[in-house]
Parts: sequence; C-alpha cells; structure tokens
Amino acid sequence: MPNDAIAADPRYARRPPTRGMTLSWRDPTVRNIVWQVLILGAVAFVVWWLVSNTMRNLEVRRIATGFGFLGREAGLPIGEAMVEYSPADTYARALLVGVLNTLRVAVIGAVLATILGTIVGIARLSRNWLVSRLAAVYVEVLRDLPLLLQLLFWYGLMQALPGPRQSLNPFGNVFLSNRGIKFPWIVWEPAHTAALLAFVAGIAATWALARLFRARQFATGQRTPIWPYALGLIAGLPIAVWLLMGAPWTVDVPALRGFNFSGGGTVSPEFAALLLGLVLYTAAFIAEIVRAGIQAIHNGQWEAAGALGLSRGDQLRLIILPQALRVIVPPMTSQYLNITKNSSLAVAIGYQDIVSIANTTINQTGQAIEGIAIIMMVYLTISLSISAFMNWYNARIALKER
Amino acid sequence: METPIRPWLASTAAAVVVSLGLAAGPAGAQQQANTLDLIKQRGNLNCGVNTGLAGFAAPDSQGVWRGLDVDLCRAVAAALFGDATKVRYVPTTAQQRFTALQSGEVDILSRNTTWTLSRDTSLGLDFSGINFYDGQGFMVKRELGLKSAKELDGATVCVQPGTTTELNLTDWFRANNIRFTPVVIERLEEVNAAFFSGRCDALTTDVSGLASVRSTQGANAEQFVILPEVISKEPLGPAVRQGDPRWADLVRWAHFAMVEAEELGLTSANIDQHMQSANPSIQRFVGAAGELGQMLTVDAKWAYNIIKQVGNYGESFARNVTPLGIQRGPNELWTKGGLMYAPPMR
Repeated sequence: MPNDAIAADPRYARRPPTRGMTLSWRDPTVRNIVWQVLILGAVAFVVWWLVSNTMRNLEVRRIATGFGFLGREAGLPIGEAMVEYSPADTYARALLVGVLNTLRVAVIGAVLATILGTIVGIARLSRNWLVSRLAAVYVEVLRDLPLLLQLLFWYGLMQALPGPRQSLNPFGNVFLSNRGIKFPWIVWEPAHTAALLAFVAGIAATWALARLFRARQFATGQRTPIWPYALGLIAGLPIAVWLLMGAPWTVDVPALRGFNFSGGGTVSPEFAALLLGLVLYTAAFIAEIVRAGIQAIHNGQWEAAGALGLSRGDQLRLIILPQALRVIVPPMTSQYLNITKNSSLAVAIGYQDIVSIANTTINQTGQAIEGIAIIMMVYLTISLSISAFMNWYNARIALKER
Repeated sequence: METPIRPWLASTAAAVVVSLGLAAGPAGAQQQANTLDLIKQRGNLNCGVNTGLAGFAAPDSQGVWRGLDVDLCRAVAAALFGDATKVRYVPTTAQQRFTALQSGEVDILSRNTTWTLSRDTSLGLDFSGINFYDGQGFMVKRELGLKSAKELDGATVCVQPGTTTELNLTDWFRANNIRFTPVVIERLEEVNAAFFSGRCDALTTDVSGLASVRSTQGANAEQFVILPEVISKEPLGPAVRQGDPRWADLVRWAHFAMVEAEELGLTSANIDQHMQSANPSIQRFVGAAGELGQMLTVDAKWAYNIIKQVGNYGESFARNVTPLGIQRGPNELWTKGGLMYAPPMR
C-alpha cells in the first residue's frame, strides 16, 4: 500500500494516546531518568575522588607529576630501534621506539602466525594419518604450555648458540651465533625506497585493473587475462624505477670485526626468541580456529564441489575456505589482540618493547601513573585499530543477504 | 517487562549513595601517619632489599637473609624493638623498588640504591645516609685480554634497566665517543645469565655488584676480570618516604651507631664488658648516660642492642663484603683514610 493511502485510511488516523510525563515514581520514564542520573553521578564522583585523592597524595609526598618529562633527555640505551635513536634523545622518542618495536613484533607475528596456523589447521584435517597426528601434537603441546615459559626456553636456546667467532654458518654469508642472525643486506639508498613505493603502487594498480576486468567480464562475458598486466605493474615498474635511478646495488656482507660481526642485517636473539615464541604459540590457537571454521561447512559443500570435478585442493580453496572465513574471522580478531598484548612479555627476555621502555622511564622519572597511562593508551589504540580493521573485514566477507 | 522498584527502596539507595559520597571526601593528608608508631603497632619492620645480591642482600642456604643492606634493616629493628629478627624482607627488583617504598609496602628501602639529586627530589623519598661508597665498572671474560674499558668499542654490554648504571653507561660511552650495543634485561638473574652465556661481551654495574656476581661463579670466577675504570660515583644508602623526619632520623642514626661503634672499638663480642666503661662517649652510646634513646623516641639501650645483635659496621663489612674480595677502600673509617664518618652522638 502506498504511503499516502496509509495516511488516507481512517484506521491509521487514530494515534495511541500520549501521556504527559508525571513526576511520580510510578512513571517508568521518570524512574529511568532518576536512576541513570544517580548512577552516572556516582561513577563520576568515584572517578573524581580517585583522581583528586591521587593528585593530592602525590603532592603531599612530593612525587613529581605531569607529562613534562617526555621532553627531557632520556639517556636510555636501546638495543634495536627502527628509527634513528641515541641516548641523547628525549623520553618521547624513546617511547616511540618502544611503540614501533611492539608494532614490529606484533605485525610480523600476526602474519606468520596466520600462515602457520592455517597450514597446521588444514593439516589437522588431512586424510594422511601422520600429517593430522603431527598437527594435533603440535597444537596440544604448544597451546598447553605457558607462553612465558616458551619464551624463556627459546631465549635460552638462542643464548646456547656459540659465540660470534665460532658462529654456525648454515649457508652463504648467513651466520648464527648468540649475538643473533647475521645476513648480507643491500646498502639502502633512495632508489630502493622509490622502487619499494613503485612496488606498492603496482599492487594497487593491479587490484584496480582486476576490478575493471571483472566488471567487464560481468558486462560482456569476455575474460581478460590479468597476469601480463600484473607482471608488468608489480615486477616491471619497480625494476624500471630502480634502473632509472642508477641501479645501485652494494651488498653489505657481515664480517667479524672486534667483538662481533659488523655490517649486514641483524636479527637479535631477543627479537628472534620473542617472535618465535609468539608465532608458535598463537599459531596453535589459530590452527584450531581454522579447523573449526572448515568443519563448520556442511559436508554437502565438499560433495557438491567434488561433483563439479574440482580437485580436493581447489574444493578447499574455492568453495570451503571462502565460506569458512565467516566463521574464522571473528575469533581471529581475538588472536591478533592476544599476540599484540602477549608481546609485552618481551620484558622478560630483554626485547625493548613499549612496556620495557615505559617501565624504565617510570623508574628513571618516578612517574608511575603517567607511565602506566601511556602503556594503556598505546595498547588500547593498537587493539582498537585491530578490532576496527577486523570488523571492517568481517563485514566485507559476511554473507551478503539481499 | 519492567520490574517496578518500590519507592522506599529507591530513596534508601539514593541516600546511601549520597552519604557514601560525603563520608568519602578526599582523604589526603591523613595518610601521613607516623611511621614509627605504625611499625611498632605492626610488630615488625618491612624492609625492601635486593632480590639476591651476595654480600648485600641474599638468603643463605637456610633461607636467612644476609648482607650489608640486610644488616642495616636488622640494626633498625634492634633499635626499635630490641630484636634484630623482627624484620620482614621484601625482595624488590630495580624497577619495583621506589614504587614499593612510595606505596608503603616497605618502610625502608635498603637495596644498594644510589643517592642522586633527581631521586631525592622527584621520587617522594629521602636518602638517610650512605652505607657503601661504590662506583660503576665493567666485567669481561679474561680470555678477551682487555686492559681498559676504552677498548670496548663495538662491544655488546649487558645492563639492568631502571638504574643509574644504564644512564652512566650511555654517558660514558658518549663522552669517550665509542659505540656499544646494549642488552637490557630487567631481572638481575637474567642479565647475569645473559652475560655468562656469552650474549654480551661486558657486564656493567657497581663494582661491588660485579664482584658479588663473579663470586657466585665459584671455581669459574677466575675466568672473569673487572676492568680498572670506575666510571661513576655510586653512594649507596637506605631511603625512606619523604615527610616523616622522625623515622628518617632513626634510620640515619642506626647506621651512624654502627660506624661510631667501630670507631669506639665496640663490637658484638666486647660491648658487654664496656657497659661499665668510664669513657663518657661509650656511656652515652650504651645508654648508661644521656638521653639519646629518648631523643630518638626509642629505648635507651637502642645502640647497645644494635651492636650486640648485629655488630659494628666493620664487623658487618667483614662478614658480608670482604668474602667477595672487596677491600674496605673508601668504606674504611675516616680515621683510617676512608669516608665512613659518624657525626658526634651527643
């Protein structure tokens, strides 16, 4: 029935009688408002009381307050930093180094744990008895041991490696010692940054092109193969940029000098132990989530896919996994949050993440409340960002109900 | 369906909320209770010590805490209760120690803590003396054949965070324009383990700490050398919360009593024979004359109890620190060319 017809229909003209608000406990609206005001007031009061009481006590005890310390020289030694850092920098910069170190281990950890977890999860469903048993043992052992214990174990193992002079040399110029993993690395120049940017741009362009081609396929039924364009954009473009900028290529090979290797790239034992521990531990949980997701898909889907003549791998890739993702993604969010928060155990093995550096800052400045507030803000920001991204992704892959 | 709430219930709840609010107004300054009375009431002293630094504070094979810093806590307990055993030891890490003191978890922090201006002014605590004059040094493996810390260019150095040590470390390397890679681990045991496993070329902390760590290696101790450079001043002493001068006085004078006793020649073994001494200084010390105890609001025999039960400073040093291979050096009495000096007890 069209809208104006509703308005014309006399049956709809009668509205339910509206009652004026009466100031009485019998009125549910009044009761609700009063209660909410009271509760809100009580919460606000408790917060105010805690804050003012703390401030006053800090003042009485002559403990410094405020965030002024952020601008002061830190003087802290930091072993590995992704941005330029020297002890002459400020506390704010030291904390930034800590945040980046946390992000580094969390992001790399999440990616690797997802890959490993998916492989193990699928392996556990394998028809091969040995493969599925091995996957089951992996999951049960790693998720049942406390993470801190695992981290200390891996760190202990790293320290048990020989010293730099007796370092293991598995292949090429890669050296394994208790100072970390040393490997040859190119001397980074602007041309490389430009090539990297071209690579990212190439991926974006390929993605846009793929959308275009798909739209054309839907419209005309014509399929345009994407791969020649993809190759050109993703591989050709960065190489062209690099060549145009003079093709700089100097490999820095680690060499023993003085106490240690110098030159080349380094993965410190602390980072390696933390990453290894986090990835292996979290992958065990992710494996179970993946397994649950796949098993949640009705067997009929497998059979139908099989009836179409798809191989078992293609059945999994094209039919089962896309549907399983809907079950997998929400609990995966929790795992990504866990890996981020668990990275704070880095303190125990000397990887200088935000907790480690903030703790030291607290100790040097004595400003525990501010320091803890910074740690909380950092984790809250990272966690909310992960949640927001995963919710967006989840909405994207959710079953489209039309 | 909504559950109706009876009016009387709602108004009672509201009244409770309001009265709570009135009762709980900001309680600030009342917190400034008298530490002395608080401890007497509790019946024991809460003493913040190291988690385990041989010679300064570490439990022995029977689980009894021993060390120079521990002896200071025992001295305070002896002065306060006449019983040196009335101490509860709270092991604290370098990171936790100041918070433990600020929050009142411990009454006294006797944990090889360096007295610095910024700590004295911004942490809400007061240092009440120096019971060990120390300096920061480096320890390396003997096989490296190093003669000086200046040869440490490019070395990896293990250090504990939240200490003056890590600040001195960066200062010194900057001043000498040499590079190093830090490995920063919070727990003392883990830092030491990292050094002994070879993760680091050098371990840095106070020289006494290095000697203490080395002593835990038993027969292997010979494989490690402490380099000659002492790169900082580390006056270590007890700290108390700010704002209670009476309590700070007692801690200060408990330490001075131990130093004074050494100067007077009083030891745990001979103090009983000196009870009838004609020397007025000793008479005042053991409480036979004067009102020193009363001035500190403790028993007249407070100093006697300290020496009888804990011993003088020299005894404590010989018992705890000498076995580490550390000489008295600056910790000798002023009369013997050291820095240990107690103001007159009169």
